[in-house]
Amino acid sequence: MAHEHKLSIFRGAVTFKNNVQKIWGVLIFLSLITAVEVALGITKPEFLVKTPLLGMRLLNWIFIGLTLVKAYYIAWDFMHLRDEKTGLRRSVVWTAVFLIAYLTTLLLIEGNYVYETYANGFIKWNF
Amino acid sequence: METAVANHQPAKVWGGGNEPLNASYGKMMMWFFILSDALTFSAFLVSYGFSRFKFIEIWPIADQVFTHVPFFHGNYPMYYVAFMTFILIMSSVTMVLAVDAGHHLRKSKVALYMLLTIVGGAIFVGSQAWEWATFIKGEYGAVETKGGRILQFVDAETGHQIALHDFVTAAETDRTQHLNKNGVWFVDEDALPSYTVADVQAGLAAHENVLVRTETINEAGAKTILDRNASIEALAGGLHVVEGANLIRNEYGHRLFADFFFFITGFHGFHVFSGVVINVIIFFNVLLGTYEKRKHYEMVEKVGLYWHFVDLVWVFVFTFFYLV
Repeated sequence: MAHEHKLSIFRGAVTFKNNVQKIWGVLIFLSLITAVEVALGITKPEFLVKTPLLGMRLLNWIFIGLTLVKAYYIAWDFMHLRDEKTGLRRSVVWTAVFLIAYLTTLLLIEGNYVYETYANGFIKWNF
Repeated sequence: METAVANHQPAKVWGGGNEPLNASYGKMMMWFFILSDALTFSAFLVSYGFSRFKFIEIWPIADQVFTHVPFFHGNYPMYYVAFMTFILIMSSVTMVLAVDAGHHLRKSKVALYMLLTIVGGAIFVGSQAWEWATFIKGEYGAVETKGGRILQFVDAETGHQIALHDFVTAAETDRTQHLNKNGVWFVDEDALPSYTVADVQAGLAAHENVLVRTETINEAGAKTILDRNASIEALAGGLHVVEGANLIRNEYGHRLFADFFFFITGFHGFHVFSGVVINVIIFFNVLLGTYEKRKHYEMVEKVGLYWHFVDLVWVFVFTFFYLV
């Protein structure tokens, strides 16, 4: 079993002395992101809500971005993907990323289409 | 060690026992499972997204629904779910620490961290049970119209939602719940709501300060509040008094909202529960010295992978169900 850990995060900007320190460092980072998410979720800054981007509010894109950052650090440091062989890491990550992105794109386009059909068609929903 | 030797001798490549990805069979299979489970969860979340895009104008706003914190009264959106997220990330941390202690073959440390992980998981499952109970019980009550739309009630001055019992008085009625022991055909009905639609209509007519809030989201991103006359007119089409939530209708808004809440958080909660059970088994194995005899704690690493995966899924559920 391999015992070596890669101890640098943020593309080498921060290097920890040992694995335990790295774990606590990642915890602090993840907690910070969660705190930012909750703060944004409660205050809902007006300019972020009012700015649309690619069919969604800018605020929602920020939430999704922060979630992906959190997911990255959970997978890379808690699930030790950083220490696995490149082949294993890629076959896990890219399979999931490709299939989920594909499914999401298709179903959200379809959902939007159904919405427009209801909105512009001759269907009455409240009678 | 045999595998390491095999890797250096190409002649034995066909004999099996190679580990080109440097991961044992058990760990590979855990990754297979995690990947397929991730696709199941993404199917759940994407179908939630589909339904939400389909009913984008009338979908409930999550921070008007999840506003409760145990032992505190009042309106605290998001805090409790954030606390649950933190608990789960924290138990993930103790799990990594257990794996790390396992690499150094420190039995008592592994046991301690496993125990802390189990406690964290139990707190999370308990919190989720409480969330469910609060969600099912409901707080305000609403009326469903013939078209399946939910009408809620707000105070005209503050704009805050008010509960049915704040302005409705139940009229005397002989109607009792029909139980299957009373009928010939052994059919029964659900528990009767505290009020009839006629009671609510009378209550609305008698209280000038009560207005109806519809499901429709306006340009400002808030639910539309009708004026007095429109309120009375809208309520005239009421068909059911809805208190709390079940799989058929709920007081928070569109029916699918509660369905997805139950299925997504329920499926995730079931994962956490089974994770806790597996952690308990491994915890006892650690205490019994099973892995001490094997000279490696890879089993802890494997359940650790599962446990982190459950945490990872919650991060996404938190975003897509509560934040976005």
